[in-house]
Amino acid sequence: MNGIETFRTALEAIRSHRLRSTLTMLGILIGIAAVILTVGLGQGAQSKVSAEISKLGSNLLIVTPGSTTSTTGIRGGRGSSSTLTTADASALSSKQVAPDIKSVAATSTSTQSLTVGTSNWTTTVTGTTPNWLDVRARTLDSGRFITQADLDAARPVAVLGADTVAQLFPRGQAVGQTVTINGSSFTVVGVLAAIGTTSSTTSDDDLAVVPQTTFATRVSANSTRSSVSTIYVEAASASALTAAYQEADALLLTRHGVSSTAADFSIASQQSLIKTATSTDATLTILLGGVAGISLLVGGIGVMNIMLVSVTERVREIGLRKALGATPSAVRRQFLVEASSLGATGGVLGLGLGVVGAVVLPHWLNQPVTISPLAAVGAVVVALGIGVTAGVYPAGRAARLAPIDALRNE
Amino acid sequence: MSTLRLTDVRKTYSSGHLEVEALRGITMSVEEGEYVAVMGPSGSGKSTLMHILGCLDVPTEGSYELAGVDVSKMTETELAEVRNRRIGFVFQGFNLLPSMSAWRNVELPLVYAGLARDVRRARAIAALERVGLGDRVDHRPGELSGGQQQRVAVARALVSDPALILADEPTGNLDSRSTADVLSLFAELHDSGRTIMLITHEAEVAQAAQRTVRIRDGLVEQVVAA
Repeated sequence: MNGIETFRTALEAIRSHRLRSTLTMLGILIGIAAVILTVGLGQGAQSKVSAEISKLGSNLLIVTPGSTTSTTGIRGGRGSSSTLTTADASALSSKQVAPDIKSVAATSTSTQSLTVGTSNWTTTVTGTTPNWLDVRARTLDSGRFITQADLDAARPVAVLGADTVAQLFPRGQAVGQTVTINGSSFTVVGVLAAIGTTSSTTSDDDLAVVPQTTFATRVSANSTRSSVSTIYVEAASASALTAAYQEADALLLTRHGVSSTAADFSIASQQSLIKTATSTDATLTILLGGVAGISLLVGGIGVMNIMLVSVTERVREIGLRKALGATPSAVRRQFLVEASSLGATGGVLGLGLGVVGAVVLPHWLNQPVTISPLAAVGAVVVALGIGVTAGVYPAGRAARLAPIDALRNE
Repeated sequence: MSTLRLTDVRKTYSSGHLEVEALRGITMSVEEGEYVAVMGPSGSGKSTLMHILGCLDVPTEGSYELAGVDVSKMTETELAEVRNRRIGFVFQGFNLLPSMSAWRNVELPLVYAGLARDVRRARAIAALERVGLGDRVDHRPGELSGGQQQRVAVARALVSDPALILADEPTGNLDSRSTADVLSLFAELHDSGRTIMLITHEAEVAQAAQRTVRIRDGLVEQVVAA
């Protein structure tokens, strides 16, 4: 009996028990769709987070106060007040001490209410240096960015994000207008081009940027004049990132007079941020995928159960086939093909349901679902494997039936 | 030349510590082209004999030659091939697969013989024409009368051109008209040179054969020539 005949016979058997076969396949179908969707959701969330962190700017190192254990990302108790200063930032920008550092932008942030006429809007006000634009890989939509002259003279000028402009100046034309921050009037000199990323708490398009010096004197009353909350360091190139990290680390340790075990600051690279952010997603994905996998296992047990019932029910048919010349291995193959067809069909249909879910779900969850071709092929192969595995024992039982016992069953 | 020869065939079943001797030394032979009936009351070992003759089971002792080959020591896989090539079965309960049309039922032995689909179909239809069902090839068993179903089963037994047609109570489930039908079919097949063994407990059915072998208590009791 050749392969085509075995396959035809198996399909006929499946077709002749339509309802039962459909229900059996449903188990595999739901399991495969669940696995595909949970893994797809996990991968979607991970790629979303990495895309957002990548938009921070390339070759970026982020220096923050307080110490962080670099492997786990858990912040230690040290440094609740800012230990980083503008002097640290200028030292880092020295080409002699740190040749692999291209530019440095120290920033301080504070949440403030911005007022224009009668309308007001609460957003994040960032005090920084002219380098910020390059370091954060941002561009201007109109006007200019803050300059060294603004910084030196502590001028009351501000550059706004696109969303902030939309809130405060609904008719557009923000450049040249005046906005009040913490009681002081600021002239809007520029508007940042939108980049369109939103994290759960802040939007990169909703902010106001002012000179660091102006920030210290007029915006944030309780911060010391020279302290900063974050120093962004841009390495000369991607390959110089490690060197830049070591230079910044050594320089700040020396300046603060502490050993590396007692560091009062931490340096994160874009990669380490992506790693930390996506590893939690990965853990969740594995957990959910595991639960979905269990439902797949239950589906597999369903296939095995039905195949055992099928063997018992078809004892006469098996006996007849044997009497007419079916060898034990032909009978075994027939039942194995039947079980694996159930598994594979359930897998393909489950993949279809998963793809439909991947298209429909993002509309409800505001969360992208990524289905990789590898996951799709893998799912069908796994379903086939489950079918084969579930078929081995029932097929063996069918093959071992003695034709006389099978025929005698009246 | 003998189609089959049994030499001192014994069959002992053991269930637990209890041993039952179903066949206690049967020696008989059937020549090519013979039409033989085997008769005996229930419990006589008739069914066991039929299983051994049909290569569905092997004897505990003794030898069984079918078409010149000793089949008594064969493995399950080898026996499957012998059943496929050398024996055509007709059962009391017809044993047709209900989901398949008549010709698909008839082609089954050829499927296991590994023949191509168009060859199988041609031979299955020829066999159905032979039993007078040329106009019923696409009917399912449920759409046929009992007598017609048994004729489909006879066509299936014929299709692989076996050395022996083995019929186990073929008329047991049929009315007298269908019984006469099937018996005349066997008579026709015998006339065309087939070897037929018919197992029955009905004397009038056995009368159709050239010779009757009576079995009692696992032994050949009597051989009656017609």
